[in-house]
Amino acid sequence: MKLALQILGVVVAVLLTGAMFGTAGWERPPVRSEQTGFRGTGMVQVQNPRTLAVKLGENAAPAPQDPVPPGGELATQAYQNVKVLTDLSTDQFNRVMASITEWVAPEQGCAYCHNVENMADDSVYAKTVARSMLRMVRHINADWKNHVGQTGVTCYTCHRGNPVPKAVWYDNPGPPHARGFAARDGGQNHPAPEAGLTSLNYDPFQGLLDDKDVDQNAIRVAARTALPTSPSKPIQTTEKTYALMIHMAEGLGVNCTFCHNSRAFFSWEESTPKRVTAWHGIRMVRDINGNFIEPLTPALPEARLGPEGDPPKANCTTCHQGLAKPLNGAQMLKDYPELAGVPMPETK
Amino acid sequence: MGYYQNIYTQVQVHPLHPEAGVEIPEIENRVGKGGFNYLAGLVGNAQIGPIYLGTLGTLSLASGFIAIEIIGLNMWASVNWDPIQFIRQLPWLALEPPRPEYGLKILPPLAEGGWWLLAGFFLTASILLWWVRLFRRARALGMGYHVPWAFASAIWLYLVLGFIRPILMGSWSEAVPFGIFPHLDWTAAFSLRYGNLFYNPFHMLSIVFLYGSTMLFAMHGATILAVSRYGGEREIEQIVDRGTATERAALFWRWTMGFNATMESVHRWLWWFAFLTTLTGGIGILLTGTVVDNWYLWAVKHGVAPHYPQIYGPVVDPLASPGGTP
Repeated sequence: MKLALQILGVVVAVLLTGAMFGTAGWERPPVRSEQTGFRGTGMVQVQNPRTLAVKLGENAAPAPQDPVPPGGELATQAYQNVKVLTDLSTDQFNRVMASITEWVAPEQGCAYCHNVENMADDSVYAKTVARSMLRMVRHINADWKNHVGQTGVTCYTCHRGNPVPKAVWYDNPGPPHARGFAARDGGQNHPAPEAGLTSLNYDPFQGLLDDKDVDQNAIRVAARTALPTSPSKPIQTTEKTYALMIHMAEGLGVNCTFCHNSRAFFSWEESTPKRVTAWHGIRMVRDINGNFIEPLTPALPEARLGPEGDPPKANCTTCHQGLAKPLNGAQMLKDYPELAGVPMPETK
Repeated sequence: MGYYQNIYTQVQVHPLHPEAGVEIPEIENRVGKGGFNYLAGLVGNAQIGPIYLGTLGTLSLASGFIAIEIIGLNMWASVNWDPIQFIRQLPWLALEPPRPEYGLKILPPLAEGGWWLLAGFFLTASILLWWVRLFRRARALGMGYHVPWAFASAIWLYLVLGFIRPILMGSWSEAVPFGIFPHLDWTAAFSLRYGNLFYNPFHMLSIVFLYGSTMLFAMHGATILAVSRYGGEREIEQIVDRGTATERAALFWRWTMGFNATMESVHRWLWWFAFLTTLTGGIGILLTGTVVDNWYLWAVKHGVAPHYPQIYGPVVDPLASPGGTP
């Protein structure tokens, strides 16, 4: 009896240890930690150099197309039905078209957006989408410099050779749930990949990243005064903010302390300047989703829509893909002056 | 013989007849005759039973069973009655309190938090009935009431979290969900919402008493085991009749830290540390949101939180700066 128990105990211990090694997502040392704030405040960034090396390899920018000489006939004169990029020469226009094919639809080619019998034809829905996206890229590069800086964005920043960027989100109604009088889950309490596999909100985006008119203070949950002065925000709102922040940290491959001092997450005085950049990024994503992607919903085929009939939308991971700077800060826009400059006017 | 068994005991005492215990009037109300179990004997007394449940114990277990059923079945419903997903996702599943819009409504729709209130009612009934049972059993045996009062301190923290504070805040939504990870995520969110609970002085006290409890417990347990070869486990007798075990244990601590507890006082230390852990913790939770809204700002105001030099330029809330709102 005693020996059997001892053997059983050892077997269980070995199995549990093995299961932990296999399933807990542990990383072997060494990991690199870098102090980013005043000593003793715990302002540290932790990176696993091996996973970082893999990520950097996956996030390399492609070589730019050969530049074209300035001047020449405008594309609007050479081609019919040109509604965006109207300020480009024919050479520039063709260069952008070739690059888009390489960045967005390398396998499908021109036919992904165009009726190749008649390139001016608007019958393919993807062409409508591409026009809107080109307006968006110009708009981001011109008007969101407080987030994208001089680095800017190109189609490749998100698409990476895919017609639909890999990291997009849809409104998430949650897993199948018993109806009737069974308790609702409140949008929580299932393993949430978007929120670092916590039990927090499995859809931290809806209402915070899709709505361009959302309350500017929607994410702010902590009290601004030491003593209570106004009705407080509920814990449930805090949990949604927390879930969104986990998404941001994972999307950028950083710790909380990249932006925040963990002793006072809400405090701007204690934060790093990166938090201001991130703040503008949140507004930029709302602008992208609300003004450019949502309006495309009627144009999209059903296969492109989510379970709630909404279009694929952007979040932090869509561009960042695990790095604090998308494509590790590669200056792609410098080689593509066609995508910079003033936002394109609406031409209908 | 065999009264002082511990995990190092090599011999298990299995008498022919289970021990009945001291003579008290209610002794005949117990169920079963009792028996012996080898596994139980490895960690404690090998004798199990006879059991006394009584009215209070039965009601308490029934209430607790109802509460666990409500919580468990709602968790199972949340994975659409899929037994495999129920097992896989169990640590993530929860029964949530009502949404904020229901305030303190006694019975919101079952799906919108009504089940949470029912589960909370039955769980609380179960715990309180068990407390009365502990009190009455202690009285029946002519004991002091140290055990029920210590349990009452834990119940205080439980009631503050799930009942008293939500009422003061005016909403059941302020209470804790029933669930393994969800109640931990709730705790983290609670600290974020109220500006870092570590600056709450009662939270600080609670941590002191919690960690202090574990340390005192380890010191005491180690000391008694270390002198049990001199009869040190006969602690209660040695309170009044100090033997060589007590002398050695006392001298050990006077040598190593200049001060020693006595055979009696160490138990009072332990009891008060454990008691104060949940008492101060409950006070800290009770003040959060009701009296103090942001513990970090409170700590800055009262000179508790130190100032560290900002190594970056000044960082300003974009909403506070002119033109900050796009």
